[in-house]
Amino acid sequence: MAVVYEKTKGLTDVELHYCPGCNHGIIQKLVAEVLEEMGMLDTAIAVCPVGCSVFAYKYFSVDTLQAAHGRAPAVATGIKRCRPTQPVFTYQGDGDLASIGTGEIVHAAMRGEKFTTIFINNAIYGMTGGQMAPTTLIGQKTTTSQGGRTAEQAGMPIRMAEMLATLDGCVYAERVCVADIPNINKAKRAIKKAFEKQMNNEGFTFIEVLSTCPTNWGMTPIQAVQWMKDNMIPYYPLGVIKEKAMEV
Amino acid sequence: MTAKVTFNTDRCKGCELCTTVCPKHIVVIDTTVINRKGYHPATVSDISQCIACASCAKICPDSIITVEKF
Amino acid sequence: MEKELWKGNEAIAEAALRAGCDCYFGYPITPQSEVPEYMSAHMPKYGKVFVQAESELAAINMVYGAGGAGLRAMTSSSSPGISLQQEGITYLAGAEVPCVIVNCMRGGPGLGTIQPGQSDYYQCTRGGGNGDYRTLVLAPSNIQETVDCIQEAFDIADQYRNPVMVVMDGLIGQMMEPIEWKPYKKRELAPKDWAATGRYGREEHNIINSLYIDPELCDVHNKHLAEKYALIEKNEVRWECIDCDDAEVIITAYGTPARIALTALENLRAQGIKVGLFRPITLWPFPEKALHDLVGNDNVKVILDVELSSTGQMIDDIRLAVEGRKPIRYLGHAGGVMPTVEEICETAINALKEVK
Repeated sequence: MAVVYEKTKGLTDVELHYCPGCNHGIIQKLVAEVLEEMGMLDTAIAVCPVGCSVFAYKYFSVDTLQAAHGRAPAVATGIKRCRPTQPVFTYQGDGDLASIGTGEIVHAAMRGEKFTTIFINNAIYGMTGGQMAPTTLIGQKTTTSQGGRTAEQAGMPIRMAEMLATLDGCVYAERVCVADIPNINKAKRAIKKAFEKQMNNEGFTFIEVLSTCPTNWGMTPIQAVQWMKDNMIPYYPLGVIKEKAMEV
Repeated sequence: MTAKVTFNTDRCKGCELCTTVCPKHIVVIDTTVINRKGYHPATVSDISQCIACASCAKICPDSIITVEKF
Repeated sequence: MEKELWKGNEAIAEAALRAGCDCYFGYPITPQSEVPEYMSAHMPKYGKVFVQAESELAAINMVYGAGGAGLRAMTSSSSPGISLQQEGITYLAGAEVPCVIVNCMRGGPGLGTIQPGQSDYYQCTRGGGNGDYRTLVLAPSNIQETVDCIQEAFDIADQYRNPVMVVMDGLIGQMMEPIEWKPYKKRELAPKDWAATGRYGREEHNIINSLYIDPELCDVHNKHLAEKYALIEKNEVRWECIDCDDAEVIITAYGTPARIALTALENLRAQGIKVGLFRPITLWPFPEKALHDLVGNDNVKVILDVELSSTGQMIDDIRLAVEGRKPIRYLGHAGGVMPTVEEICETAINALKEVK
């Protein structure tokens, strides 16, 4: 009998609080698997945000800091500068990273901080009950855009990966999703590559993961995956946004 | 191939994502069971067809599926 | 030991380096910018970390990260910047991450002035951030005392796993004085086995966190913090009394006003007027019992509080300690205007006349 697949040691045994079908569980698992496969569970330090993934500090089995809303990139800067040989990453949602924490993420990327950011974009505020996020799509109904988001009222949704890719300090930015097995495999490869580049001291690495929020979107998990594919991917295209060749 | 798929049924939230990725369409929701969380959990309908690809386990957000093969 | 002439802000930075500060994160703001300037020039020489943050908000969160990862971390700023750091300070207090925060105070409110002030007393002693928390606040009144207390501030922070603030009015940061680098006896400190350093074989993962979603656990956590604060109140309260034994007028002041008041005291004593100076060195914990006992003496007729503040802020703590037993008078200026020796003398004499 050979084990083909079992839960990674990168996760603790604590039950996840996420709603059924929430992609956070898949994404956190991928990060944890990468850390385990790269032999970094003993050295990695995670920084968790405010939002649905606030409790990720209980789920990752590595040492973790819970940061104030949006400040994870500053917290990670403090850690990584003092512990430059250890893998450090932030795990942040779109309210955290693309709204209240834009200052911190932009400047961490600008400085080329050598940590990895996993950015979960589900186009809504999950934890607080489904309010409009900067990433909410035009026409998308939320509790603070009940007739659907309009560009006149709230501007156009922000594309963080493209925006950060303009900064020289950002050496790698890729957008992925976890809608099915091929995409999950791609997402894992991207996360792994980001950590490899981090450990090569190349610079700031950024993985945006398109995600679902079945509860606040008012859909079943399966419908939510389809909605994400049909509506989010056209506006937030998947793939490598930037990969800077390593200087020799 | 002989495969074994173990579900930590107590922790299943019945999200059905695992049922969408099984190439053999043998991962199903067991509507005859309600687990302690109040969900109908996932199960395998015909293990003899399982190819141990672990797709169900990979997509499971709650990491409740273990896949083994002989 | 030989005396050296040092500018306050540079002396603070050097004292922090000597105290084993591993990393400094800051943002330019007058009148403390010499601290990040000095740190940027000197920290890399010792293999230590300097980052100029994009804001005071980012700086305090970098401190949270580094302090949470087990390093001796520090930031410095001045009043408006400290306002911006309050979010980080409440997280540091809640998650029990030690650090040193220097506030080279200027006048407010808002952008106020770049001149010296003491109107951040409420903010630093009451906690400008949310929640029940306290930061230990050291308030030196000259550069020598500042240097000495910076060194100890790191030890106090580590000992109690709590942010320690060193506050002084901008005058102390900007002026130069002769100081000596005294040998400092380090406190015995427990290893930081709580820090998020990476597990390195440790069975359980360490978590730096201030979230307690379970009401009972949050209550327990707050009780634990309250017990710690009680211990700090018991162990760390500091003050100085000068000529208080027979004093009829007690002047209360800290920082630069305490030095002006000392000259006033000498002048008044020369005139035969019995004046004493009570100078809190820790603003929190406030030396409440010491002042309470002192004003209970029959010879004390009146208290004169002097601050760089238009309304007075420390005066509230003085009222709490005095408990209405003796009259309290106030003299204060804002905007960087200093109370003069003559003003203090005149106010003290008038106050004494009024109550006698």
